[in-house]
Amino acid sequence: MVMPGNFPRAGNGTDGDGLGEIRAENVVKAFRHHDGTEVAALSGVELRVRAGEFVSLIGPSGCGKSTLLRLIAGLIQPNSGRLSIDGAEIAGPDWEKGLVFQNPLLFPWMNIRDNVAFGLRARKVYRERKNEVETFLKLVGLEKFGRSYPHQLSGGMAQRASLARALVNRPRVLLMDEPLGALDAFTRMNMQDEILRIWRERKTTMVMVTHDVDEALYLSDRVVVMSPGPGRIDTAIYIPFSRPRARSDPDFLHLRATILKILNFGGQSREPNYQI
Amino acid sequence: MTKLRVWWPPLSALAAVAVDLWLSNSSRQPSVRHPFLLYCLLAAAAALGLLAAFGRRCPRLAAWLENKAVFYGTALLALNTYNLATKKLALLPAIFFPAPDRVIGVLALDWRYLLFDCLWSSAKLLFSGFLAGAAAGLVTGVAVGFSKRAGYWVNPLIRTIGPIPSTAWIPIVLVAFPTTFLGGAFLIALAVWFPTTVMTSSGIANVQNAFFEVSSTLGADRRYQIFHVGIPAAMPFIFIGLFTGSCSSFITLMTAEMLGVKNGIGWYINWQREMLSYANVYAGLIIVAASFFVLITLLFKLRDYVLVWQKGVIKW
Ligand SMILES: Nc1ncnc2c1ncn2[C@@H]1O[C@H](COP(=O)(O)OP(=O)(O)OP(=O)(O)O)[C@@H](O)[C@H]1O
Ligand SMILES: [Mg+2]
Repeated sequence: MVMPGNFPRAGNGTDGDGLGEIRAENVVKAFRHHDGTEVAALSGVELRVRAGEFVSLIGPSGCGKSTLLRLIAGLIQPNSGRLSIDGAEIAGPDWEKGLVFQNPLLFPWMNIRDNVAFGLRARKVYRERKNEVETFLKLVGLEKFGRSYPHQLSGGMAQRASLARALVNRPRVLLMDEPLGALDAFTRMNMQDEILRIWRERKTTMVMVTHDVDEALYLSDRVVVMSPGPGRIDTAIYIPFSRPRARSDPDFLHLRATILKILNFGGQSREPNYQI
Repeated sequence: MTKLRVWWPPLSALAAVAVDLWLSNSSRQPSVRHPFLLYCLLAAAAALGLLAAFGRRCPRLAAWLENKAVFYGTALLALNTYNLATKKLALLPAIFFPAPDRVIGVLALDWRYLLFDCLWSSAKLLFSGFLAGAAAGLVTGVAVGFSKRAGYWVNPLIRTIGPIPSTAWIPIVLVAFPTTFLGGAFLIALAVWFPTTVMTSSGIANVQNAFFEVSSTLGADRRYQIFHVGIPAAMPFIFIGLFTGSCSSFITLMTAEMLGVKNGIGWYINWQREMLSYANVYAGLIIVAASFFVLITLLFKLRDYVLVWQKGVIKW
């Protein structure tokens, strides 16, 4: 089932070229609740994402996908195990590990343009890269909404703005937590193509959580299936097709059936004591 | 019906003119040099009559008039009634309830003294105290909101000193400070400092942690987060603190001037009260009310400007 992937590499990038390899070695993460009990969110996660690879994380709700992304982003620390990027242990959050959160979390006191420009301003590179703010606003189709405030946007528009805010920073590693979940099918497909285009152009390492198997197949080099109770990595499936991919290719449909099977039955048959 | 409503204020003004002109005055109210109230009522009747006749041409003016007409008409009726009860019939003790003519007379004849001496002196005191207190409150509030160590030292101070009404310090402060101006400014600053600190720090404590997380993955360091995430997100709370603070600063200003500071509008009111010149007391009160109204309105405007992003998020 696991097949060798082919990784298209485009052009000569600038910064971050060939960088952004993520490694998680035997990562354990438990959360302590208020009553003192510990809940294991991740147990012994092993994951290696190559520099410039596009990986999708897929799995049932509560299996620790967001937790894994937060660990890689440096927002939380593992209880044990090692997390590194290009060999250097992840110490804390910074702009090189961009994270698109599950909900848009736009700063409500800034208009959309200032939200998108936030990272550039915080990193004091705004002056040189001012025009990129417009580029990315346009890319997510919000060029007319730069002066609107977040509460004036629809849920899908807010999510696109939040995507632009992370993209404009051009992080070495871009982590996305269901970034397209709130979008209609048409916008969603457009955004998928845009993400792919940026990924090819920048060779950014991308890890994306999604609940949509088709999306995972369309975008990724590898689909990583996680299973719950406690969260761990179940299977990794290489997607051997070259891009651009046809969404209705028969091989495509075959892989889709395989993944759905793992998701629907695999987890349960191997976890007979798991109760809801 | 709505068309008739706009005529209610000018008619009410004219009714007041009629009462003032044709009813005979009580001998118990001292007379004044000019019929000041009559001038004001005539001006009001003319202005309101013009508005009623032509205001419809401008839609925004018409809407405003429709909304406010009943209020202004009734307010004029209340003034008319008060005039009747004092100047005409002297139903109320003349010494404590001067006729409107006398109050307006004080304003018309003494305005230079009231504005340029008393009000100016009060304004200097108020602004020095307010600005110092607000600035100190912002600094301590932000410090407590972001730093555990600052909270360790400042929180006990807030809990013990904060709830004491700053006017309770007057006996100490007026002797401890070299000038009464400094003492008064300190008291006002104290009155503003407390609510500003408390609201700023709890505003920052209430900011969703996720906003700090987002900003850190976008490359913001601690300092940038404080100024570009924490403080702006806490702004609605900070403004509540400033509003509360300005109300207690007004109280403190008046009390300090009445008890120790030897000038300003509060001192003027107290002085005139001792001389039993109640017309002057009322004139002073009118000036106080007008100034505080202007200040609060300005603060509201500033808040609306700073918090445009809240429109639609929170109804004030
Ligand atoms: N801050 C936290 N405190 C306590 N428990 C947490 C915390 N964050 C996550 N958990 C627990 O860790 C587990 C994994 O959560 P996580 O959010 O990573 O799931 P997920 O795979 O992203 O789910 P979904 O698809 O619904 O977003 C859950 O059981 C959750 O209750
Ligand atoms: Mg999640």
